[in-house]
Amino acid sequence: MFKNFMSWIEYRMPFMEKMNLHVMQYPAPKNFNFWYFFGSLAMLVLVNQILTGIWLTMNFVPTAEGAFASVEYIMRDVDYGWLLRYMHSTGASAFFVVVYLHMLRGMMYGSYQKPRELLWIFGMLIFLVLMAEAFMGYLLPWGQMSFWGAQVIISIFGVIPVIGDDLTLWIRGDYVISGATLNRFFALHVIALPLVLVVLVFLHIIALHEVGSNNPDGIDVKRENTGEKIEDNVSDKFTFHQYFTKGGKKIIVDAIPFHPYYTVKDIVGVVGFLFIFCWVIFFAPEGGGFFLEPPNFEPANPMKTPDHIAPVWYFTPFYAILRAVPDQLFGAIFMFLAIIFLALLPWLDRCPVRSVRYRSNLHKANLTMFCISFVVLGVLGVLPATPTYTLLAQIFSFTYFAYFGLLWFYSKNEKTKPLPVRLS
Amino acid sequence: MIKKLFTVLALVASSAAMAAGGHTVHLDKAPIDLTDKESLQRGARMFQNYCLGCHQMQYQRYSRTFRDLGIPDDVGMATLGFTANKVGDHIKNAAPKADLANWFGAAPPDLTNVARVRGPDWIYTYLRTFYADPSRPFGVNNEVFPLVGMPHVLQELQGIPYKATETRLVDGVPTEVDVGIKTDGSGELSTEEYDRAVADLVNYLEYVGEPSKLESRSLGIKVLIFLGIFFIFAFLLKKEYWRDVH
Repeated sequence: MFKNFMSWIEYRMPFMEKMNLHVMQYPAPKNFNFWYFFGSLAMLVLVNQILTGIWLTMNFVPTAEGAFASVEYIMRDVDYGWLLRYMHSTGASAFFVVVYLHMLRGMMYGSYQKPRELLWIFGMLIFLVLMAEAFMGYLLPWGQMSFWGAQVIISIFGVIPVIGDDLTLWIRGDYVISGATLNRFFALHVIALPLVLVVLVFLHIIALHEVGSNNPDGIDVKRENTGEKIEDNVSDKFTFHQYFTKGGKKIIVDAIPFHPYYTVKDIVGVVGFLFIFCWVIFFAPEGGGFFLEPPNFEPANPMKTPDHIAPVWYFTPFYAILRAVPDQLFGAIFMFLAIIFLALLPWLDRCPVRSVRYRSNLHKANLTMFCISFVVLGVLGVLPATPTYTLLAQIFSFTYFAYFGLLWFYSKNEKTKPLPVRLS
Repeated sequence: MIKKLFTVLALVASSAAMAAGGHTVHLDKAPIDLTDKESLQRGARMFQNYCLGCHQMQYQRYSRTFRDLGIPDDVGMATLGFTANKVGDHIKNAAPKADLANWFGAAPPDLTNVARVRGPDWIYTYLRTFYADPSRPFGVNNEVFPLVGMPHVLQELQGIPYKATETRLVDGVPTEVDVGIKTDGSGELSTEEYDRAVADLVNYLEYVGEPSKLESRSLGIKVLIFLGIFFIFAFLLKKEYWRDVH
């Protein structure tokens, strides 16, 4: 009965064929480690955001008069409304946690290198859209920090010469942030950007499956088939889709089918993640004032500026770079460049070896310094800009950018270790 | 190099902690206990009697307060619901908003979320650090909120508070030293009773700030236990499958 149904479908649409190609017969390197959980976790959080977002939309009122009260209505009068809201607000922060770790994974194992440049670019586009999505979502509760945070961030566009003022006017739809801004941000947040995000995630995965997953050793699992027998090859036990073997021209080494091996492994990661995620939702939904900031429990008041305006934590590394540069325009340019340089990594890194495991100590030190710079800038972006902090922000902005400059310089003739023949 | 970096990091972290606690006034820890329904009920009565004249809780309904505090609707309406027509009404007052702003210099803020904006410790300290200051329109000032527009509405409970000083020897010189806020004893309550009454009120404000908190905690424990057990089975399932690979 079920078999008949499936063949009825298959005759009209290649469902099982595509499932085999992308899931059951997709060759995934057997040595994925902890760092490889974050891609699937990012998808989980995306689904969480979409589902909780749909239900929040049912009771949210996107007007300057009604927004704050409707969020309180959700928190107090809607059954489990508080849970939906905390899942969504914690999900926003969790999204950036997993995406930052996912990006770091790519940098550690050189997952952006040829032939995965386009895959990396799609990832960077996802990151950009995600930032816009989070920024617009943060305005919607219409609290004090929503209002003033948006004021600060939109004013950044105002430093662009000639068109700056008109551009901020165009973004806001008004001379100040107002109900008009809230309305359009709502439209973009719930429809436009999520659609773009889903399409980009789809493209990201299609590009991934075309070139295949990288792995912690950074060597290929698909090789030319020379007819030579490969010892101890776990892949011999499994059937892979002929798209990957090219009808026997390629041989798959040390890879296993994504399903069931990585589905069951990802479930372990998902449950581990959910444990931490749920702990925050149920016991610390404010995230120590970083996920939900205290001033945001007060309705937006254009006449009253909060003592200290800081963007939400996931923007603070870039915000610190912005503030570190004395000139506003150049600050904005450097902030933009901080993201552009990440996107250019496939071309800045000229080393043929991908994984940090087999690269020089210089590269390891450089990457460590980059991570430290990013974290320190994140901390500084939360703090008020005192002279000491500004100096520190300048130093660490310099080391942030130095990563890319140094990488380009040393990667061409880097002293690397010999690559293994097989996955460890 | 790395060592130096960590030193700098530690420096940044410690100064961050300092900047975060930027209040110059020490805040007393509010003795919050959301499971103490009697304290919450006393706090609700305090709010209705002393705060609601000017401040609202425009997002909280009477029915929600009654349900969570274990007060039957009819009893609640008779004893606390004096601004409500129906039990489902929000906790609002009929005070003229524009006049209030003129009288006090600023509109009295809504107090639904005040415990989440200011924190319970801040409110607990604020309500216990009014002191007589003849230079102010209402004759009182406040330690944690200098030049506050609000009069000391709990004065009939606390009495008239004043900044007490003592003459002490500092480096051999007799000096007037600040020893905190004392009351002239004209209030209905002793200092301990007054602290307890304020604690009840703050407890209630903390509850109203997040009425779902207790439910959230009890549901949270169940969810975490479920996930803990699920983790074991997920891990065993993974191990079983991966025997093919290893």
